[in-house]
Amino acid sequence: MAKITLDKLRHSYMANPSGPQDYALKELNLDWEDGGAYALLGPSGCGKSTLLNIISGLLVPSEGRILFNDRDVTTLPPDQRNIAQVFQFPVIYDTMSVFDNLAFPLRNRGIDEGRVKARVEEIAAMLDVTEMLKVRAANLSPDNKQKISMGRGLVREDVNVIMFDEPLTVIDPHLKWKLRSKLKELHHRVRATMIYVTHDQTEALTFADQVVVMQDGEVVQIGTPVDLFDRPQHTFVGHFIGSPGMNVLSCEVRDGGAFVAGHQVSLEGAVTVGAGRTEVGIRPEFVSLSATGLPATVRKVSDLGRHSVVEAMLGDTRVNAIVEGAVPGQGEAVHLTFRPDQTRLYCDGWIASEKGRAA
Amino acid sequence: MRKVNQKGWLFVLPVVILVAFNALIPMMTVVNYSVQETFGDNVFFWHGLGWFEDILKSDRFQAALGRQAFFTFLILIIEVPLGVIIALSMPRKGFWVPVCLVTMALPMLIPWNVVGAMWNIFTLPDIGLLGYFLNHVLGVTYDMTQNPTAAWITIITMDVWHWTSLVVLLCYAGLVSIPDAYYQAAKIDGASNWAVFRYIQLPKMKQVLTIAVLLRFMDSFNVYTEPFVLTGGGPGNSTTLLSIDLVKIALGQFDLGPAAAMSLIYFAITLFASWLFYTLMTRHDVK
Repeated sequence: MAKITLDKLRHSYMANPSGPQDYALKELNLDWEDGGAYALLGPSGCGKSTLLNIISGLLVPSEGRILFNDRDVTTLPPDQRNIAQVFQFPVIYDTMSVFDNLAFPLRNRGIDEGRVKARVEEIAAMLDVTEMLKVRAANLSPDNKQKISMGRGLVREDVNVIMFDEPLTVIDPHLKWKLRSKLKELHHRVRATMIYVTHDQTEALTFADQVVVMQDGEVVQIGTPVDLFDRPQHTFVGHFIGSPGMNVLSCEVRDGGAFVAGHQVSLEGAVTVGAGRTEVGIRPEFVSLSATGLPATVRKVSDLGRHSVVEAMLGDTRVNAIVEGAVPGQGEAVHLTFRPDQTRLYCDGWIASEKGRAA
Repeated sequence: MRKVNQKGWLFVLPVVILVAFNALIPMMTVVNYSVQETFGDNVFFWHGLGWFEDILKSDRFQAALGRQAFFTFLILIIEVPLGVIIALSMPRKGFWVPVCLVTMALPMLIPWNVVGAMWNIFTLPDIGLLGYFLNHVLGVTYDMTQNPTAAWITIITMDVWHWTSLVVLLCYAGLVSIPDAYYQAAKIDGASNWAVFRYIQLPKMKQVLTIAVLLRFMDSFNVYTEPFVLTGGGPGNSTTLLSIDLVKIALGQFDLGPAAAMSLIYFAITLFASWLFYTLMTRHDVK
């Protein structure tokens, strides 16, 4: 178990990067506490796998250091870092039995057979695979194969960190949920530092205590699932998290107020606006249909069972609203109101309003 | 009674006719010759299994079969491991991949009799590049036209040169299909290079390797053109393999009956050995 520190970490796949655009991973300073459950969330190509490979030692960063318990491991190969990794596609050794698969990392390290047996049985019990120990690993179903790859990570008692690289990609939807709760349960039992990489917000939010959201090689926000939902620091986070994501409407700021399509919108608090592009961000959960407010036309209504998503056009911009109960018909004229304490202002993508005092 | 639709036979008919004319009927002609004796004039007598008995008991057949088995044994024991080693040392990505692949494929593109002729000229002691170099520069006595050992070394080297690429390319195809994650996982699990080979690369190569072994077995067991052009079966009978001997009997001596019987025995051995290889190599496979 270990605390992980990323110190001024940067990485470029090019030999001579000339500017920030050449970096797959932009400068990063981060502390991960021992025993925490973290998620790295972001779309494909945002640099999360690069970061993961740097932590596991499959990749040496161009700049900066990585420390496990304050010990510099930047240039150490994976086998000397004492880490474990579970990959997108289950990696199992086909020709071996489940038992031999689980024992493999221990036997490679020369641990005596008695200890190996005890440890494998303990992990197998934890994963509910005891009755499969004698089966050839190639005969397992994908979700059980993935369990075995997890087991190979958990079997070593001294691992510093266990990393999961989109581990549920190939698992059937109805088993995803089961495996995810298993993972959460395992985290509580073994208390190892775990890092979970995914582009699926549900997986990230349900697994992690702290979620690191990445975009274009940059960390845009680190926070608890509640933080990310409540106060996205960047429009990207707002848009990426939530279903549907946050409405981001371009606006004009004048006389201390924000105007969307010519109508004033009240914000959560004071704003500090620079010269950049300004936008208003409001989650669909906090948009309501009412008698007064911003005039809009309903373009589409999707009934999701418990509630409906109403897609309304405010001039040329689309605004989603989550509505419970009666919904308007398509083409109907409606008025939208935004809950002021949930209405944020963003400048060049970053949050520019403060909580509290109304503007 | 349930009515059975017999129209299905019509759909199978073209295949039956095709297979009959290009395989069954020619094959049955051979079977027909193998049980008869003739003194010419297209007059045939029933000879039963006499030819089979004669062939199996003859020293000449047994010697040729022995040479054939030895040849195939050497080919497999050299080409399969060598092919695997070369495939393992080829780059997985980058500029050198196509270069390696084309270089590997080149020998296989050369027609068999050209390979025989090339190696014949290459190894002739007085004019061949290799033959001259060995005899007149290094001072080693090497003459594949006179010395049986030299002849054997030459036909084996030629076949290794010509066909190892097949094993290499098949194994390489198996190797590149292994996702990077396997190597990364093995690194993290602390696996040695040997363990990576034994538990990741070998299992993933197994299917293509089975095919490679089968193809190399069949081709080397039935080889004719290259050794025939190179040594013509000599010196003496030292490199007269089964196929060369068979052609001598069938076309040289025109002994139709013995040749037909020998063909069938030859075919049966190839078939049985291929079946054996396949069964042994796939017996642990997952259903």
